Amino acid sequence: MTSVLPGEVVHAQHVNLKLGPGLLQEASVDKENVIISTRAGDLKHTANNRQWWVESNSWRYIPAPQESVVGTVIARSGEGYRVDIGSAHMASLDGLAFEGATKRNRPNLKVGSLVYARVSLAHKDMEPELECFDAQTHKAEGFGELKGGFVVRCSLKMSRLLLDPNYFLLPFLGSKFPLDAAIGVNGRVWLNSQDPRHVIAAARCIEKLDPAGENVGEEGLKHFLATLDI
Amino acid sequence: MPRPPSPSIPEKDFLFSTLKQNLRLDGRLPLEMRQPTLTFGPELGWVECAMGKTRVLAQVDGKMVKPTPERPLEGIITIHSEISPMASSDYEPGRPSDEEVTMTRMLDKVLRRSDAVDKESLCVLAGQRVWHIRLTIHCLADAGNLLDCACLAGIVALKHFRRPEVEVMGDEVTVHHPSERAPVPLAMHHTPYCFTFAYFPDPATQAILDPSYLEQRLSAGLLSIALNAQRELCVVQKAGGVPLAPDEIMRIIDVAVGKAKETDKLVEDRLREDWAGRHVEVR
Repeated sequence: MTSVLPGEVVHAQHVNLKLGPGLLQEASVDKENVIISTRAGDLKHTANNRQWWVESNSWRYIPAPQESVVGTVIARSGEGYRVDIGSAHMASLDGLAFEGATKRNRPNLKVGSLVYARVSLAHKDMEPELECFDAQTHKAEGFGELKGGFVVRCSLKMSRLLLDPNYFLLPFLGSKFPLDAAIGVNGRVWLNSQDPRHVIAAARCIEKLDPAGENVGEEGLKHFLATLDI
Repeated sequence: MPRPPSPSIPEKDFLFSTLKQNLRLDGRLPLEMRQPTLTFGPELGWVECAMGKTRVLAQVDGKMVKPTPERPLEGIITIHSEISPMASSDYEPGRPSDEEVTMTRMLDKVLRRSDAVDKESLCVLAGQRVWHIRLTIHCLADAGNLLDCACLAGIVALKHFRRPEVEVMGDEVTVHHPSERAPVPLAMHHTPYCFTFAYFPDPATQAILDPSYLEQRLSAGLLSIALNAQRELCVVQKAGGVPLAPDEIMRIIDVAVGKAKETDKLVEDRLREDWAGRHVEVR
């Protein structure tokens, strides 16, 4: 594992190279393409050297297409909504980008509602755009308004860890009590359960495990959860 | 961004419903405060105070100036505090926000106007030379209740600071370097501590001590009480529109007295520990 700083040249080579977050291809003067890193972190690649990316942790979310995010509706603007997803700019969510929405029958979100949405457009010179359905099938696929529950803020690395199917926390919590969760890679995790104490317990577990916070580890967390009254 | 977006409706509903059941999001009791952690720097008068994720850095330095003609026998104390965007992305540089104005005024009342530091002892030569003590407060991170943290950091920094020894021979003032003579602590009358309680729109919800960021944002009113461990009240400030009965205020003050005693013990212990670990060389 190697660490890179922004601007460093990365020697990634493959006939069918795919670059992930944190890497950029730049054409130099002598017509030879070089790959440089755009952020500091650990340089990772797949076993066959085809896909390369930089892994790091931060608090500020930079939108990227096809990522699922949890956002708060800030205002209504004409046909759609303006949604805060923790990025530098507000995202816009079209009123028709919901399952079964038509010109006449549109979901009515209030200012302050929470939505689970997918980033459909993220361009560096434009406002990010969100959608709450799959553009091909027009099905919700779990996206839409989040009712009730609570939102925990965590570092971006923590939210990515929670999405990892091999990560222990959510199955472990699920074995203790029923829990609904919607994980946004923008560092916001929505949690819901019948008993508010379970939501609080889950929220505190996420805070304890955050790599940018206490980072107590699996053993430490199990010990911590045993001290809670649930 | 003009104002930070207010918390979403589910967050608000959840917080209010859990507070009704006397549950707090970080597992604290309603009248339990986060344990402050004090870290001292290499220099005297350099203190970092952390309460949970709220962190404040306070630094004291002193220099000799000519006193104002109105008060020729008193030293000068100034407090510089600024909430920069470093504390939270909600704050912006330039025009001071409402929180900053409130905090600056409270710091001034709690640390300066409560006469915590004996100003007359800062006089070196009447009308000619006095000490000018400057306290700088840097807010490093805001996770709720920045005011209490800043007050604690400020008062501990003043207690931790030592000024160089001076000698007056006739009209001649000699300032001894700390390596020549041990520097002397500031003469303190008392040590006030500030405690903030948050009230919520629903009158059935109990007041909570040391609100977290979300609790502070959603509260209907804040009651800040500054007092010392000897039960002497310095400042009572209430912001927001929640009506409070006199009995309630008396009850809260009793709670604050208990907390002030605890905090005072913690501060004294930490200062003693730090002083024992320091070697001040005197030749």
